[in-house]
Amino acid sequence: MIYQLKKGAVANLPIAASVGVYGSVLGVLAAQKSITWLELLVMNLSVFAGSAQFVMVDMWGPHLPVLEMVFAVLIINLRYLLIGASLNPLFKKSSITQKSFIMHFVADENWAVTMAEYRKGTATIWFLLGGGLCVMSVWCFGTMIGHQLGAVIKRPELWAFDFAFAAVFTAFAVNMWRGKEDILPWIGAAVIAILAEKFFPGKWYIIIGGLGGAILRLIPGVGRKQPK
Amino acid sequence: MNCSINLSTAAAIAGAALVTYSLRFGGLILADKFPKSKKFNKFMETLPGTIIVALVVPELLSAGFWGGVAAFSTGLCAWKTKNVFIAMLVGMAIVAVSRHPA
Repeated sequence: MIYQLKKGAVANLPIAASVGVYGSVLGVLAAQKSITWLELLVMNLSVFAGSAQFVMVDMWGPHLPVLEMVFAVLIINLRYLLIGASLNPLFKKSSITQKSFIMHFVADENWAVTMAEYRKGTATIWFLLGGGLCVMSVWCFGTMIGHQLGAVIKRPELWAFDFAFAAVFTAFAVNMWRGKEDILPWIGAAVIAILAEKFFPGKWYIIIGGLGGAILRLIPGVGRKQPK
Repeated sequence: MNCSINLSTAAAIAGAALVTYSLRFGGLILADKFPKSKKFNKFMETLPGTIIVALVVPELLSAGFWGGVAAFSTGLCAWKTKNVFIAMLVGMAIVAVSRHPA
């Protein structure tokens, strides 16, 4: 078990390096939004989901849109339903205690590394957990360093820190592009979000646009998956 | 140093944590009960992309001309390098330079 934990942690080190860098960016931005290091740390340990945390910090303001935030997190993290389901065979012989504990430490990164290991036939739940602990530690470390840095930067607008979210999410979107089948849903999401921003209060346009765009994918005949 | 967490902050973090954990654990436990339909999978696969688009497009529209140039460059860089961090730096650098009068 210890050997598997270590093996999982080591296997995740290369990807953890980028998680750390990415975390430091979140830390800087969180500091600019006056989120305390403690709040950020609690968020890291309890939510532990990169893109969802970026969205939460982006939506942060003097009056927290709590309900919108939780909904946005729900939608962004819906993919964890599929990730969880895909891990079902790995947990075949595990107790409910092991399942409920280890699943909290499943992030995109250690899930991907574990699935690759699973295809070789050598993955275990401890390998998955080791990877999760590695990613979580580096995530916390990166965000805390970023938070320290963010607190000392004066006049953040001169360094375009207010543009960082727009830049990060633009880059995310490009990385999420899967091909022609995304064209209609993405245009739809953009148009619906722009309209919804005018007619609905707060941040609901994000949720309305996201759901509306994804529904367009279900129109028969549109965006049939292209063979790769 | 301020170490207190106020009520709405606590509610937002707790809500987000609860929702995320439910999805992780629920996916594992309910794996056999998911609709096997292609529609369900298509919808789920499409969601993460569309929500990011819905979030970023209105934000970019209010970012002005240089914001647009920066976003385009960020997108291009992300596409070529697959590296979110470098792509972000490129976008921020363009906006920062545009704000420093020569």
